[in-house]
Amino acid sequence: MSYTVIVFVKQVPDTQNITGDAMKPDGTVNRSALPAIFNPEDLNALELALQLKDRYGAKVVVGTMGPPNAAEVLRSSLYRGADECVLLTDRSFAGADTLATSYALSCCANKIGKFDLILCGRQAIDGDTAQVGPQLAEKLKIPQICYIEEVIKLDKKKVVAKRAIEGGYEILESPLPALMTVIDSNVPRPQAARKIMKYKNARTRSELAKDHANANYTDAEQLAVEEDALKQKGLLIYEWSAEDVGADKGRTGLAGSPTKVKNIMSVVLTATDTKKIEPSEEGIKNLVHELIDDHTLG
Amino acid sequence: MSEKIGNVWIFIEQEGGVIADVSLELVCKGRELAKRLGVKAEAVLLGDNVGKCVDTLYHYGCDTVFLAEDKRLEPFTVLPYAKVLIDLIKEHKPNILLFGATLKGRELGPRVASEKLAGLTADCTDLQIDDFDDKVNKQFYKNKLMQIRPAFGGNIIATIVNTWDDPQMVTVREGVMKMDEPDKTRKGTLVKVTPKLSNDDVIVKVIERVREEKEVNLKGAQVIVAGGYGVGSKENFKLIYALAEALGGEVGASRAAVDAGWIDHDHQVGQTGVTVRPKLYIACGISGSIQHRAGMDDSKKIIAINTDPDAPIFSVAHYGIVGELNDVIPKMIKAYKAKV
Repeated sequence: MSYTVIVFVKQVPDTQNITGDAMKPDGTVNRSALPAIFNPEDLNALELALQLKDRYGAKVVVGTMGPPNAAEVLRSSLYRGADECVLLTDRSFAGADTLATSYALSCCANKIGKFDLILCGRQAIDGDTAQVGPQLAEKLKIPQICYIEEVIKLDKKKVVAKRAIEGGYEILESPLPALMTVIDSNVPRPQAARKIMKYKNARTRSELAKDHANANYTDAEQLAVEEDALKQKGLLIYEWSAEDVGADKGRTGLAGSPTKVKNIMSVVLTATDTKKIEPSEEGIKNLVHELIDDHTLG
Repeated sequence: MSEKIGNVWIFIEQEGGVIADVSLELVCKGRELAKRLGVKAEAVLLGDNVGKCVDTLYHYGCDTVFLAEDKRLEPFTVLPYAKVLIDLIKEHKPNILLFGATLKGRELGPRVASEKLAGLTADCTDLQIDDFDDKVNKQFYKNKLMQIRPAFGGNIIATIVNTWDDPQMVTVREGVMKMDEPDKTRKGTLVKVTPKLSNDDVIVKVIERVREEKEVNLKGAQVIVAGGYGVGSKENFKLIYALAEALGGEVGASRAAVDAGWIDHDHQVGQTGVTVRPKLYIACGISGSIQHRAGMDDSKKIIAINTDPDAPIFSVAHYGIVGELNDVIPKMIKAYKAKV
C-alpha cells in the first residue's frame, strides 16, 4: 500500500540575515526588506517525507497557509519531489496566532482527506514558537511526536521514530495517523533540474487569473477550463479559501486568536560604559587584580 | 469585576524525581505574581514516586501542590500529561499557568492550550502584571499577565496579552527568572489527584530512552569563558579551555563556533542555546550577534576580547580588550596565577 504524508510548511522572512533597513524607525519590522525563504526546519520535514516516499512509497502533499505569493515554497516543494500542493489563502486568515493557525490547518488536513502522517518543521524562524505542530495534532485528535530525528520504521498501523529529549534521545512508537515535528537532523535534497523543467509552470488559480489578465480570459468559466487543463497535466497548485475548507471565520485570523500584541519594541543596544583595557602585561594584570579585589574572581 | 480570580499555577517538570531548575525559577516568579494578584501560587507535579519533591516546592514558595502519581506518567509522554492537566484546569480554573520553555514544556503547553482554547505565548523572558487597554477592540482588561518575549530572531521584544478565558498560559525560557533562596520553614497544602487515564491516552509507547546528564553546567557557573568564530579552529579552543580551567569556570560558545564543529552544542550560549548570568563572562573572539547577547548580557561583569574594535560585543562589555586571543589569554592566566 501507499501512504499519504502531508507536510505543512511556511514561507518566512529571513530573520537570520537581518540587514539595517529591516527595521523601520518606529521599531516595527519592514517585512518587505527581508527576503522570503522556505522555513529551514520545514525543509527538513519535507526531506523526511520524501525519504518515506523513497523507502515505503507515499504520496507527499505539501500545504501552506499564507498570502498568494507563498505559492513559491510550494513550487520549490514540487521541484524537490512533492506530488501535490495546496495553498490555503484567505484574507480572514490574516493576523492569526498559533491557535488560529492550527485550526485553519486542521480544516485543510481534513479537506485533503485520509492521511497517515502529518509532518511539520519543529518551529518557524519568524516566531520560534514551536506551537503549531502540537496544536494541530490536538485539533485533529491525533498523537504528536515532537523533535523527530529519523523514522526507524513505518508500517500500516504504526510509526517508530527516534526523537530528541533533554540530554539524549527516545524511540517512540505511535499508531497512525500521527503528527511529527522534525528538527534539523537531515540534509534537505536540492531542487532537481528535471523537476524544475516539469513543474516550473505549476500555478494556483490566482496566478492563472493573473497570467491571463491581459488576454481576455478573466471570466470564471474560462478560468475553470484553464484550471482543469492544468490539473490534467498535474500542474495545478490547489488554492483553498476559508470557505473551501469549511473553516468557521470566528476561529481564524485575528478573530480566532486569543493572544494580542500589546506593544513591540525594537532591541536597541544598551550602551554600557566599556572600560578599555590595553592588551599589555600591565593592563591585563591590573584588570585581573581589579576582578579579584571586587570578588568577581577568587 | 468582583469575581474571584484563579490562582497562579506552575507546571513542575521532573526527571527521575529531580525537579528541573526552570520549574523552581518559575515557582519563585509565580509566587511573586500571585502575591501581586492576591492569590495563591500552586504547583502541579506529575510522575510516579515523586512525592519527595513536594517539600522542596513548599520551600521555594508554593502554597499548594497538586500531586498526580501513576506509573503511566513515567517516563514523560505528552498525551497522558495533557489529559491530567486539562482535567485539573477544568476543575480548578487557574488564572495563570507557567511552563518552562524546555523540550517537554514546549510540546505539552501547546497541546493543553489548544484543547482549552487558551492563548499561549512561547519563550517568554519576562512576566509582569498590568492592565491592557485594547483600543482597537475597545476592551479594557484589568490585571492581565504581560507576556514579554523576543521575536523575529531577537530583533524585537513583544508584549503579548491573552484576552480569552483563563488560564493565561506561557512557556518561559530557562535561566531568565531568578531563583530565590529556599526557606525550609515554609509549609503548604498537598492535594492528591487520581489521574483519570484511558487507553487512548497511552497509545504512544516509549521503546527506548537514552539520557545522560549534561557534562557542562553553564547555568550554574560563576565564571564562563566563551569562544566564538574568532577563535579560529578547534585546536585553538584549547586556549579557551585553559583559561576556564585556570579561573575555575565553564566553557561556553557562540552559535558560530558550534556550527563550525569546534565545540558541542551543550556549550552554546544565546537564543538557541542557554541563557546565563554568571559573575563573570569572558567573550573571546565573539562578535556579539543579537542572538548571542540575548543569552549573556545579564552577566554581572563582561570582558570582551576581540581583534575588531567595532565588534558589537563591546557594546555590552564592561571591559574591552582589543587584541589577539593567543596573546591576551596567556597573559590573563599568568596574571591570575601570580595573584592567587
